[in-house]
Amino acid sequence: MFDEYNPLNKAMFRVIDNDGKVVNKKWMPQIDDDKLLKIYKDILFARTADLQIVSYQRQGRIFTYPPNYGQEAIAAAAGVLIRENDWLVPAFREMGAMLAKGVTLKEIFLYFMGYEDGSAFKNAKYTLPMSVPISSQLPHAAGIGYAVKYKKEDKVVIGFAGDAGTSEGDFHEALNFAGVWKVPVIFIIQNNQYGISTPVRMQTASDSLAIKSIAYGVKGIQVDGNDFFAMYKTIEESVRICRNGEGPVLIEAVTYRKGAHTTSDDPTKYRSKVEEEEWDAKDPVKRLRAYLIDKNLWTLEQEEKIIPQYKEEIDRQFTEAEKYGPYPAGDIFRFLYAEMPDDLREQQAQYERFLAWKSTKVK
Amino acid sequence: MKIMNMVNAINDALDIKLGEDKSVIVYGEDVGVEGGVFRVTEGLQKKYGAERVFDTPLAESGIVGTAVGMAVAGLRPVVEMQFCGFIYPAFNQIISHASRMRNRSRGQLETPMVIRMPYGGGINALEHHSESMEAIFGHIPGLKVVVPSTPHDAKGMLIAAIESNDTILFMEPKRIYRAIKQEVEEGKFSIPLGKASVLAQGNDVTVVAYGAMVREVQKAMLMAKEAGISVELIDLRSIYPVDRETIAKSVKKTGRIITVTEGPRTYGVGSEISQIAIEEAFLHLEAPPSRVSGYDVIVPLPKGEHHYMQDPYKIFYEIERIVKY
Ligand SMILES: Cc1ncc(C[n+]2csc(CCOP(=O)(O)OP(=O)(O)O)c2C)c(N)n1
Ligand SMILES: [Mg+2]
Repeated sequence: MFDEYNPLNKAMFRVIDNDGKVVNKKWMPQIDDDKLLKIYKDILFARTADLQIVSYQRQGRIFTYPPNYGQEAIAAAAGVLIRENDWLVPAFREMGAMLAKGVTLKEIFLYFMGYEDGSAFKNAKYTLPMSVPISSQLPHAAGIGYAVKYKKEDKVVIGFAGDAGTSEGDFHEALNFAGVWKVPVIFIIQNNQYGISTPVRMQTASDSLAIKSIAYGVKGIQVDGNDFFAMYKTIEESVRICRNGEGPVLIEAVTYRKGAHTTSDDPTKYRSKVEEEEWDAKDPVKRLRAYLIDKNLWTLEQEEKIIPQYKEEIDRQFTEAEKYGPYPAGDIFRFLYAEMPDDLREQQAQYERFLAWKSTKVK
Repeated sequence: MKIMNMVNAINDALDIKLGEDKSVIVYGEDVGVEGGVFRVTEGLQKKYGAERVFDTPLAESGIVGTAVGMAVAGLRPVVEMQFCGFIYPAFNQIISHASRMRNRSRGQLETPMVIRMPYGGGINALEHHSESMEAIFGHIPGLKVVVPSTPHDAKGMLIAAIESNDTILFMEPKRIYRAIKQEVEEGKFSIPLGKASVLAQGNDVTVVAYGAMVREVQKAMLMAKEAGISVELIDLRSIYPVDRETIAKSVKKTGRIITVTEGPRTYGVGSEISQIAIEEAFLHLEAPPSRVSGYDVIVPLPKGEHHYMQDPYKIFYEIERIVKY
């Protein structure tokens, strides 16, 4: 597959077309119907949650949030294939993969409400916190890959970044290290066409992002990231490659950020309605749904029934997260050092003295 | 005179310099088409074209490194770091090249360039968007670091920065980007870099602040006034070089000094100012120099940020403590 879709051939890997019809039987992954249905429901759930979060933001109930809308098939495919003991190194637009790993919706809510506790990921093993400084997480993925190889563990590492992230030095250094070390790391670049307002064609003069793999001696492929089956097949194959000791792999997942960059962004400033409509036709959920309906595995009636249930469930979890309560003063001094230095302890004591004084002044 | 907020004032300064000096080039992430995530460069690409005002690939080291190249080759780049937390990929270029080029080339080359960067907390932002790390930049030999606290100063200081032949880190307190409006002179004027400004005369204690902290001190001064304490307020405006003279003169008068800064305490700007007060006015001091600062912790996410930030009460608490000392 990686030979057939060598980035130098400039062909994008896809399995279904925009109407959900299989156009590439040869590489159609084998997924049984029940499992596929569950996957679809998980994607629907993640999309519903994502859209809900945006509306909570509008209501002033959370702060800035970067929506996943339109990109869900990528994180979902990674989520299905990543195993409990594999490592996930996220950027910040991979909700499906995080949920699959065991991160709770409540934690995601807490993080965007402004609680560090939302990054604790108490039920998710081998999952790093989201990484805001672009691509800075990718060298970690390579380093984890080294540790996995060193300890002879049967694990792979999946690291994420965005298209604009391929411009940072860290992206190149990570790929180069991973290539030199031949470590089991799958780098997934979500090419959603934009880094905030900047289109991907202004990030690079390369023909694709996948083609950058060639320079590092790493396997690479450009995939239709809105085609769940193509993403699934690619990651499945990449996991196999990594477990055979033939990693790393670079996957460029071509997609579109249907929403704003974050809730503080206004995309009308830099892109056209026409373009947005063009991509609507390629929506990943729509395509998978069409496939399922065609196979008589799903109906629109079912979907209409299930979405309100999801909304209710999401709302329940959100309201619960909202009860998280006040942020204890002492929390800001925690987790910096294995043992708190005396000077820091004194700073905390000073702050507590101030609070005691303030409570006599402000009622 | 025109009513402006700090965003308007910075935009105006860039507009004026782009208009009069062809060697001025403005670039960074999302500064062109979008006009910057805070709209500071809004309209400039339209007015001056994409050869002079443009978007770059997402790479801070590339942005600052190419600016060093442009500057040694005769241009005057004014580049933007989108947020304070994202300047670190460029740290190597700043500390290894921009700040050293004149020295290394024995005066043959120089890097007249400005790195603009919003900084500071108080806006309920995501991780890495709220830090105030001016101290680490003030520690770099060869770099000037300045911080305006009003629209008027922002305009005059940025014009001076662009005209300077040094490399200047121009830190913009984003919390007050739009919070303060004032009348700003129209047309070109500049404010010399490295000079503090005495915003209020007082006798009991000197308070030194800059950026968004100036306004917080002003609020605390209302409480101080009620308590019968007369505060002298100095807006430092320049982290490096430091205006020793203004600090010395004030402390000799008041005998007490408090610094109010947002960054972590240890090895911070407050420490440096306190040392200057000791060196310059030791025999006048009636209380130990004191620091109201951030703690040595990571700026908390929005729900915990109030524990970290300097509120007027924290400042007044310290004013009262030091005056009674
Ligand atoms: C080092 C760094 N520089 C700048 C930013 C500000 N910023 C946040 S997201 C973003 C664009 C990222 O684009 P891309 O990598 O394509 O990911 P996407 O947001 O599209 O998922 C920028 C410039 C940052 N977070 N980190
Ligand atoms: Mg992108």
